[in-house]
Amino acid sequence: MTELEYWANQIKKGRISRREFMSRAAALGVTAALATTMLTQAGIGAEPKKGGSAKFGLAQGATTDTMDPGNYLDTGTQVPFWGAMSNSLTEVDAKGNIGGDLAETMEPSDDTKKWIFKLRKGLTFHNGKDVTANDVVASFMHHMGKDSKSAAKSLLESVSDIKADGKETAVFTLAGPNADFPYIVSDYHIPIMPAKDDGTADWDSKVRTGAFVFESWEPGVRAKLKRNPNYHKPGMPYFDDVEFLSITDVAARNNALISGEVHWIGRADLKTLSLLQRNPEVAIIEVTGYGHYVFPMDVNTPPFNNVDVRTALKWAINREDIAKKVFLGHAVPGNDNPIAPTIKYAIDPQPKYVYDPEKAKFHLKKADLPTLKVDLSVADAAFNGCVDAAVLYQEHAKPAGIEINVVREPNDGYWDNAWPKKPWRAGYWNGRPTIDWMLTTVYAKGAAWNETHWDNARFNELLVAARGDTDDKKRAQMYAEMQQLIHDDGGVIVLVFYNYVEAATKKLTHGDIAQNFPVDGLKIAERWWFA
Amino acid sequence: MNAIVATVLQRLGLGIVTLFVVSIIISLAIGMLPGDFAKSMLGQAATPETVAAFRKDIGLDRPLSVRYLDWISGVVRGDFGYSLAGAGSLGGSRRPVADLIEPRLANTLFLAAVTAIIAVPLALILGMLAALYRNRLFDRIVNIVTLTSISSPEFFVAYILMLFLAIKLPIFHSLANVSPDTPFFERLGRIALPSLTLILVIVAHMMRMTRAAIINLLASPYIEMARLKGISPPRIIYRHALPNALAPIANVIAINLAYLIVGVVVVEVVFTYPGIGQLMVDAVSKRDLPVVQGCALIFAGTYILLNLIADIVSIVTNPRLLHPR
Repeated sequence: MTELEYWANQIKKGRISRREFMSRAAALGVTAALATTMLTQAGIGAEPKKGGSAKFGLAQGATTDTMDPGNYLDTGTQVPFWGAMSNSLTEVDAKGNIGGDLAETMEPSDDTKKWIFKLRKGLTFHNGKDVTANDVVASFMHHMGKDSKSAAKSLLESVSDIKADGKETAVFTLAGPNADFPYIVSDYHIPIMPAKDDGTADWDSKVRTGAFVFESWEPGVRAKLKRNPNYHKPGMPYFDDVEFLSITDVAARNNALISGEVHWIGRADLKTLSLLQRNPEVAIIEVTGYGHYVFPMDVNTPPFNNVDVRTALKWAINREDIAKKVFLGHAVPGNDNPIAPTIKYAIDPQPKYVYDPEKAKFHLKKADLPTLKVDLSVADAAFNGCVDAAVLYQEHAKPAGIEINVVREPNDGYWDNAWPKKPWRAGYWNGRPTIDWMLTTVYAKGAAWNETHWDNARFNELLVAARGDTDDKKRAQMYAEMQQLIHDDGGVIVLVFYNYVEAATKKLTHGDIAQNFPVDGLKIAERWWFA
Repeated sequence: MNAIVATVLQRLGLGIVTLFVVSIIISLAIGMLPGDFAKSMLGQAATPETVAAFRKDIGLDRPLSVRYLDWISGVVRGDFGYSLAGAGSLGGSRRPVADLIEPRLANTLFLAAVTAIIAVPLALILGMLAALYRNRLFDRIVNIVTLTSISSPEFFVAYILMLFLAIKLPIFHSLANVSPDTPFFERLGRIALPSLTLILVIVAHMMRMTRAAIINLLASPYIEMARLKGISPPRIIYRHALPNALAPIANVIAINLAYLIVGVVVVEVVFTYPGIGQLMVDAVSKRDLPVVQGCALIFAGTYILLNLIADIVSIVTNPRLLHPR
């Protein structure tokens, strides 16, 4: 393989960007024309083409779905109504970096306690109205305040005040410093919506700013959108119109793709993936995201209040085996660090937890326990394959003298009855684009979702210090220490980071695939095009 | 004639009582399920404060009995209330239950009607032919084929049909996702596979009943008489046996038609058909009580009406019941 072919291969696998490839090719003395031809052969079109009607088969969606962004529950609403129809102030790109979306600039002041967002010039809503700072304020207020029933309420708890300063500037005042605030406002719950005369956000009119304009919607069945000719991103979007179908049955979804009823499907069937791969017209898209499956334990309840018991349990599980057998290789084994390796400041804490019954025994002995008998509450509602994973764990732990009693909880009401109440149980996290966001949500003292009730003084102190610091080096150091603390002392077993496995016809093509969310960062509609 | 009127009135009266009881049971059952609409909509993001605000907004903070009385007094006036989804104090348009159910019910009825128009005559004809050629090769083949199709789970039949008729041989659509603006003939084409699946599932039951009822009658003296008169066997079955066998057949048809309306959720899911079963499953999993109630009333009403029709058919076809002494 020549050097050039190697790089062409890398871009095909999505490991380098188009721009990187072109500069590599130039360095090798290849003309731009030849490099472009190679790209086209690799299925990476030189220039995205416009036109066509794309149909997407989403794995989720229900008749109870709502247009209210505070309750965008799953991809059934997130993909059409946020990713395709709306924009937030900022956007996480395919590489995981933050950039302005509706906001042109974002400037911190007052030690990152204040953030000033300036809107782009000439932005309009789908109905032709100008986007102003008042709309921004209304869109955020929609999730805040006493009566908010938005899922983003706790996310915005740290925002103490939002003010419009003229037509184009919105000023956010935070309760404490936060250098990562631009990431928070990129959340899919917070699209910018037009303000009504009384200052509330008009979510029901379906008028937004995004690449596609609302056409029709039958909740749980389909959403149809058409191109926004006045979109603020030059050249985008590429499709003329897009249609999102909710196909919840996995076999029906696979069949819909094979028979050409849709061009793309989410959550391809892992069990039959090798068969689908053989189809010459279908491409599989697989990325490891931020999402992970966990077995959290309550560190206040015996025996989990003993750090040696926790460590013994961490050594007694064979994550590699579970990734292979339960997730059929479409997952990356965890190391009890809830931060995905692609997130900024992520480290791989040492020693790496691999299956070692001897070490588990050693820690049990240190805890003065010859044997250990614990209940693990699981249900497939926590994640698909949860019960199987727990049963495998049970077998792994036996040689270490740990008897795990797998308690199968009912799927219905799992999040109400089992997850908050049982001392050791299964759960999942979709992950967050920044390390601070994830740690603040789940591992900080007193956080609403601190499922392990872990309260580590040093960790909590570092968390606040790192949040406001703008010195990259110091932050990296602090975050490394925090991850090490979770790894050594925390109450969470991070089973695996799961892959988003999606499939599309080769008629569609795309740039780099984002990792922050499935469905190309939920923005497939504006990022993809017909080859 | 009086017998019919009396039966109809009595049944309708009982039917209303049944519907009332059904609605109470559904309310209690949903009340006993863990979690409520606010919690299932918020999922992992459900903090106590947000849940409380949500509940207050959609009126879930009131006791179940109050909510039930509120709802039932609306129903009596013909108002089925509003779905909890999309409700909002922030100016959101609440979706009336009737608006949600109407297009879904129309889809379900359309699929049921197309299926019934093919399946019922097919089952009757096959049943009569099987009775005519009983214990011969034709009878055996029909029995084996229909019993096999009824014994396989319907999702299996659906996937097999999809594999052969939509993927290997792309004749039909694998998705039946019709929308209100789908033209009639395209709609027919879209529902070909779900309809075929349902036909395969329900024909056996009706066919076997027709065959058994007719064979039962063939031993009666009046059939013997007809045979002695020299009437041909097909005519005996069609003209003399079938009318007297209609009562039990009508009952079985009624059960199967009701199944076509209330029990096809699996087929709906496999073919992504926007029918009422899917709506009810979604509503139950999110605890959207008004929608569950609306669907349950329709399902219960379907059973009551179809049974009533079956009973009327048995009375009309039986002179002894028509002119009681």
